[in-house]
This record gives sequence, C-alpha cells and structure tokens, in this order.
Amino acid sequence: MMIKGYEVVVGLEVHAELNTKTKIYCSCKNSFGLEVNTQVCPICLGMPGTLPTLNEKVVEYAIKMGHALNCSINRICKQDRKNYFYPDLPKSYQISQADIPLCQNGYLDVIMDEGEVKRIGIERIHIEEDAGKLLHSDKFDGSLVDFNRCGVPLIEIVSKPDMRGSDEAKAYLETVRSILKYIDISDCKMQEGSIRCDVNVSVHKPGEPFGTRCEMKNVNSFSAAVRGIDYEANRQIEVLEAGGTVVQETRRWDDQKGVSVSMRTKEDAQDYRYFPEPDLLTIVVPQEKVDELKRTLPELPNAKIMRYVKDYGISHYDAAMIVDVVEKSAFFEKCLEAGCKSPKILSNWILGEISKFMNEGAAIEDTKLTPEKMAELIGLIDGGKISTAAAKTVFDIIVKEDRDINEIIEEKGLAQVSDESALEKIADEVLAANEKSVSDYLGGKTNALGYLVGQCMKASKGKANPGAMKEIILKKIGG
Amino acid sequence: MKLYEYNAFELSEMIKSKKISSKELTESVLERKDEVDGKVEAYLNFDREGALAAAERADRLISAGGVKSRLAGIPIGIKDNISTAGIATTCASKMLENYVPVFNATVIDKLSAAGCVISGKLNMDEFAMGSSTENSYFKTTKNPFDLSCVPGGSSGGSAAAVSCGEAVIALGSDTGGSIRQPASLCGVVGLKPTYGSVSRYGLVAFASSLDQIGPIGRCVKDVALLQDEIQGHDKMDATSADRSYASLYDNLSEDISGLKIGIPSEYYGKGVKPEVAEAVTSAVKELEKRGAKAVPISLPSTEYALSAYYIIACAEASSNLARFDGVKYGYRAKDCDGLIDMYERTRSEGFGREVKRRIMLGTFVLSSGYFDAYYKKAKLLQKRIAKEFEDAFKTVDVIVTPTSPSEAFKIGERISDPLAMYAADICTVTVNIAGLPALSIPCGYSSSGLPYGMQIIGRKFDEQTVLNLALAHENAFGGFRRPKL
Repeated sequence: MMIKGYEVVVGLEVHAELNTKTKIYCSCKNSFGLEVNTQVCPICLGMPGTLPTLNEKVVEYAIKMGHALNCSINRICKQDRKNYFYPDLPKSYQISQADIPLCQNGYLDVIMDEGEVKRIGIERIHIEEDAGKLLHSDKFDGSLVDFNRCGVPLIEIVSKPDMRGSDEAKAYLETVRSILKYIDISDCKMQEGSIRCDVNVSVHKPGEPFGTRCEMKNVNSFSAAVRGIDYEANRQIEVLEAGGTVVQETRRWDDQKGVSVSMRTKEDAQDYRYFPEPDLLTIVVPQEKVDELKRTLPELPNAKIMRYVKDYGISHYDAAMIVDVVEKSAFFEKCLEAGCKSPKILSNWILGEISKFMNEGAAIEDTKLTPEKMAELIGLIDGGKISTAAAKTVFDIIVKEDRDINEIIEEKGLAQVSDESALEKIADEVLAANEKSVSDYLGGKTNALGYLVGQCMKASKGKANPGAMKEIILKKIGG
Repeated sequence: MKLYEYNAFELSEMIKSKKISSKELTESVLERKDEVDGKVEAYLNFDREGALAAAERADRLISAGGVKSRLAGIPIGIKDNISTAGIATTCASKMLENYVPVFNATVIDKLSAAGCVISGKLNMDEFAMGSSTENSYFKTTKNPFDLSCVPGGSSGGSAAAVSCGEAVIALGSDTGGSIRQPASLCGVVGLKPTYGSVSRYGLVAFASSLDQIGPIGRCVKDVALLQDEIQGHDKMDATSADRSYASLYDNLSEDISGLKIGIPSEYYGKGVKPEVAEAVTSAVKELEKRGAKAVPISLPSTEYALSAYYIIACAEASSNLARFDGVKYGYRAKDCDGLIDMYERTRSEGFGREVKRRIMLGTFVLSSGYFDAYYKKAKLLQKRIAKEFEDAFKTVDVIVTPTSPSEAFKIGERISDPLAMYAADICTVTVNIAGLPALSIPCGYSSSGLPYGMQIIGRKFDEQTVLNLALAHENAFGGFRRPKL
C-alpha cells in the first residue's frame, strides 16, 4: 500500500494472554472479570520473600505457537527481569525473556482478501507475566490497583517489519488471532484485553532505505491498529514533506480522538536493566516434548482456508468466514464427514442460518442440530426434493427438536413440487392474474420474470421447484 | 547450670525424657533475655506470650507423642528477614517497620511442624546489608564478649543472642558471610549451607543467587540438629535442590583420619591479621595430630572475589528491593506530590544509607552500556572462582581458612568507611559465589578475649564432612567459651 508515493512499513508486537488454568508463577486462578483483588496470593502480589515457580503449561503453549508460526524453538533458554517502577507491577520488575526467547525466526503466511499469500517474518515469541490494572474513578481520589491480572501468562509475538500497510497488518493480526484460537491457547477477547498490540510504523520512498520508526502503544483493537497505522503513516509523510525528520519515539494512540501523541523520545527511553532472573532455573525442554507438541498441532486456519477453496470450490471469502470461527469450521467438516455432498450449499447455510443463531450467542452443541441431520437436509435441497424456503422451515424445527426430517416434510407438506402438470396449472393462474408483468417482460423489462416466478412460488406456498417454474413460464409467454 | 546454658541437643534429651518441659526452658530463656538484652540488644521483637503459648502447645504435643523432631520444644530465635505470619518482619528497616507478613517462610513452617518455639525476631543489618549490625534502623546489637564492639553482621542479632544465651539456637541468613562472620565475632558456630539445600521461600531477598538461610548454635551438634530440620527440597523455591538429605546429626563423627585439608595461601596473607592466621594454622596442626593432612593449595582468583561479589549482590539487590515502593505495604512518604514524588521520597526516607548505596551500585552495573563491563564480567569471574574450588576439591576434602580477617572491631570504627567494612567479607564471599557449604567455629581468642573464627569449606552438599571436621576441632579445642556479661 503506497501513500502519496511513500511505502509504509509496519511491524507488530502482539501480546496474547494464555488460557492456562493457573497463573505463570503461582497457583492463583487465571480468569477474567472476577471481583478485584480476589485472584491474588503473596507471590503474585510480590510480597517480600516470595519466589516464582514456572507453570510448565506456559512453556508448552508458547512452543505450540512457535510451531504454528514456523519458528525454531530454543529448548534451552532463560527468563530475565525487566525492571521498571509502576503501581500495577508489584515486584517493580516483570519476569520476561530478553536475549534468548523461547521461539524465534519463524514466518506466517497470511492470505489477503484477493487470496494472494503474503509471508510475514516472525522475529521471536517469548513468555512473560502480565501486570495488574489501575482503576480510576470519580468515586474515589487517586488511583486504585486491581492485582488480579498480575502473573497472568502472556506470550509476546514480535513480527519482522514485513507488512506494507494497514491492510496487511489487519490480515496478519486476524490470522494470528485465528491461530491462537485454533491451537486453543488464548481466549483472544480483545475487549477483555486478552490480546493487545504495539505497532511500529515507518515510511520511505521506494528504493530508499527504511525510515525512522515510531512505536505506538495503547492500540486496543484491530480496527484501532488500522486507524493508528494510517494516521501515523500520514503524520510521518507530512513531517517529511514539510522538510522535517521523523524522530524515533514512543507514541500513544488515542483512538477516540484518532491521533497519536508523543510519550517519550529515544533519548529518554527507559533503561529496563534486564538481567537473568536468579529465582528461576534455566528452561530446558526435552527435544521429544518439542516434537510431540508439533505433532499434536491441529490443521491451522490459513491452511484450512486454502484447502476449502481448493477442495470444495467455495470462495476465499466464504472459506475465511467459516474458518474464522472454530465451531463453524468444525461443524462444516463434521457435516462433510456425515456425508454431505454439497459443500457450497452447506457453506451458505453455515454462514446464513447457523451464523444467525450463533451470533445470538447460542452454540451449535446447545441445539438439537446434528451434522447428520444437516447433511441430510442439504442433500434434500441439492436433490431438489425441497426448496430453500421449505428447508428453512425444517431447519427451524430440527434446531429445536430431535425429529425425523422426512416426517416433518410430510407433516407440513413441504415436499417440492416438480410435477409438470401441477406447475403448469399454477403458471396459468399467475400469468392470467398478472398480464401487466407479462407485457412488461415482453417489452424488455427482464426483471418482471423474477416477479412472476416469485408469484408462482407464493401460490405454491413455497413448494414449487423454482428452476422448473421459471422454465415453464418462459415457455408459456414465449420469451 | 541454668537451663538456657545447655546446648540444644542436651535439652532435646531432657525434654524427651520429661526431665524438663518446653515451658520451663522457654521461661529460662525469657529470664535470660530480660537479664541481658538491655545490654546486648539482640532482639527486635520478642513475643513473650506467643513463645509461652507455643511452648505449652509443644509440651502438649510431646506428651501426646505427636512430635518426633529432636527440636520439639526448643526455643529458637529468627533473623528478622525471615517471614513469620502474624509477627512483624522488618528486615531492620524503617521501610518495613509496620509490615506483618501473612505467610510463613518454608523454614518457619518446618520448625513449627517440628514443635519448635519461636522466641522472637533478631536484629540484623538493614536488609542483610552490612558486617556489623550497625546498619539496623532500630538498634545496634553489641558483642557479648565486649559491649563496645560489634557482633558482626548481618546476622549479628542471631549470633549475639546465641552467644549470650538469649536464644538456644538461631536462624541467620548468609549472602557473603552474614552467618559465618558474626558467628566468628561472637564465638559461636554458624553454618552457611550449600546453595539450594535450604528453601529461600520467605527469606526477604537481598541477592537471590547467593542468599542462604542457615543455623547458628553454640556447638557443632546443635548446628547439625537445626540444619537437619530446615534442609530439604521445596517446590516453592525453584532453586531448591531436588535431592534427598541424610541426617547430619546422626552421621556426625569425629574420625577425620586421612581427611585432606586444603590450605589456600591467598586467605592467610594480605588483609588478614597475623594473629588470626596463626590461630587457624595452629588449629589445623591439632587436626593433623588427629589424622588429617594439611595440603597447601592455591585459589588464585580470590583477589577479585570481593569485587565480583559486590557487583552481583548489588545488581540483584537493586532489583529485589525495587518492590519497596510505598504502593502496597511498608513505609510510604507523607503528603506526596504525585507518583514519582511518592516513589522518590518513600525510597529516600525508607531506606538507610548502606541500602541506598548498594541499590545505586546495582542499578549502575545493570545499566545499559555498563552491563557487559561489570555484571557480565562478574558472572564470568563467578564461574572461574567456582571452577577453582571444584578443581581444588579434586585433591582435598575440605578447605580451611580464617572466617573474618580480624576479631570484632569497635562500634563506629568502620561505619563511615564502606570499603573497610566490605573487607570484613574477604574470606567468606567466595563461598557464596561458588554456592558451597561453609562453617565458622571458634579457634582462638585475642589478648582482650575476643573470639577468632576458623572457616571450614566443603564440597557442594557435603555438609557432613564439614561438620565432622568441625566436631573434631571442637573436641580438640575445647568448645564454646561463655562471654562474661
């Protein structure tokens, strides 16, 4: 993506909270939204004399992500202290990883809207602990701290500066989120802050070296990332066009105002005084464990999308929509396993009716709908036995009740009418009642045909086969 | 003989055979404390009711046959940097003056389960930083052998209390000599165990990679008894060694025939008072008479050890002590103008001079641009020093040196000269740097009657050999000499 003759370069740091049962260095529950300062213990509160012990699940989860992003795994690595003062950080240091991250040098193939594949380099993935949260309110003076989030495990995924604009950044973020969900290591709830990102942006003229980059913090949603990148790129271009130079700095994105504001320049950058965490041992993961974690990795969403397009002939857009929600793609695949022969029709139903009730908050497994029933229903539609409209009636019932589909069709008289004589009778009646439309059609208004077919469908109470109906009408009016 | 004058292993038998009760013993220790603590000032916090209640509880448990530990019913003093639930744990700092922990250190849980009676919390240099106990915010503990002298530090309260009978045994902590040096200056026995053998959970960290809790007693057997009780793997401390530990007390033996004692020349020359070196040398000669063999060795990197030690220890301390920021517990400056002002004033007012000096040193050596030149080099040196010990232990079984380069010095004498104070640690820091076990035991007295200490350094996890040699020496030398108060 070029803006005013400049190429935009973007690198992203994604922080994802892992959904382990317990925190990274103590046995407190790792959960969101509970009463303030109830999920805490002397360890995550940083009380004097307490010591951290590493939750090994965190290492496993991070290695899974490393494999998913094609990284090499440093199965021997260490943890380091990042020192800084802030009230939400009880020890005044964050246990993180400095020079030797658990995973490094990977890549992620991102599928863009047009289906083209863009490869984004992954610099590193490391594990660290989250900090607490400051609470501000008119109801009390000063600020209060909720320490529940202290010690929640995080992975930080640092990309290479391989994205060339906000569109690629958005596609990258969505793919990363999708992978996190597929390998089930993060809840990825943006509004709960379980996935956050810092954005690095620079601009340069094509053929010239990269420009000076600015880091933007406080980017709390993917759409904010897009707005922030576009704003920041334009801001830098304006600076350059006015003959100025971009200053290396950290900026804060204010999404409400739609502007980034300088926080600190390179000169007064914080010195975190990293050093190896002496309270923890070197992490040593056996090679067998690393291999096992790779073997148990499920098919990843980007590979799935490509397979759906290739094997099932559905559009890239639809494939991406289905794959975006783990439950949808799982149901899609189960229906195919249950014998559904029409993936195209199935995908329409998943993105239509099934998405509708899922969007209302219901899960497929909470309904009576089974992959077998869905496959049967799609088969009936595909075979012309019932119309789409009739199928919707059946669908509404089998979602709520465990009933035989054929029985429903019979009971409600939903079987599609393909019998020619019956259809001709309907056509005659409709054409007689709609002479104006007939003449409109003959006069060149082709959309009148659709109206006539619709009227026939209505007259048949939705049971007529719309394809056969259309042919009969055309034959009768001689179009 | 008063009850408080007995050793723990003797008292243990007396309690077990019901000759005495824990309550009687505790009362005796309380009386002794009332008698001398006004002069010695070893305790920061003495919980009379709590101690008596614990003693009564111990007596009930013992008569019900519920406790097997040899330390059941024995009163024990605790250095005030070891977390005790419900009992203030101040680290002798204004910063934690009103801090009462909600949890016990693992060693405290172990001692409680063993039926020990916690007699109180003992004075120390603030956050264990110092070699004289003069850096305590609250009081300066005096040496029981000469009240105008320091007891050593940082576990000065622990060593002085044991020495003058205010505690039967005590826990100290040792980061660069903080158990051994005060044990030496107060004429008692102190053991710095192998790094990883005693859980650090609940020990308020000074330098995490060097800190170790250890026992102080008036005789080798008491030290062995207490170490038996506190050693062991703890899953709450990732640096705790996951191995099994045999009883040191049960395996004590004064048979040292054939034992090779390494004598490193570096520890007997420059900076060490000749009288101290001579006392150690003549003690070794006695041990040779009992079958040991002295072997001259060299530990050439010793001269850099003090620098490496202060870099590593201060670096870790600067980070460990960052949590004392006025936000969550402890001291907070009054009437602050915003967050930064609150941080700056809280830490300026809450910490003493020596602590601030070390935080600044540590912050400096970890700073970008200096990290490689200081911290990284010190860590390399640490490896080299550890390697030299490892090599030495291929030819000798133990290494013997003076503990402190001199006997106890006068209160106030070195307080304004930090380098002179740091020099008190020249014989002890290498042991922490290498993670080895080492014990200090009295081996002589100055013309004015102040104790000299001998340091016995062992292989990793070989406390047994160290204690056995110490026992042989104790029997040859004559054991604990009571200070006249």
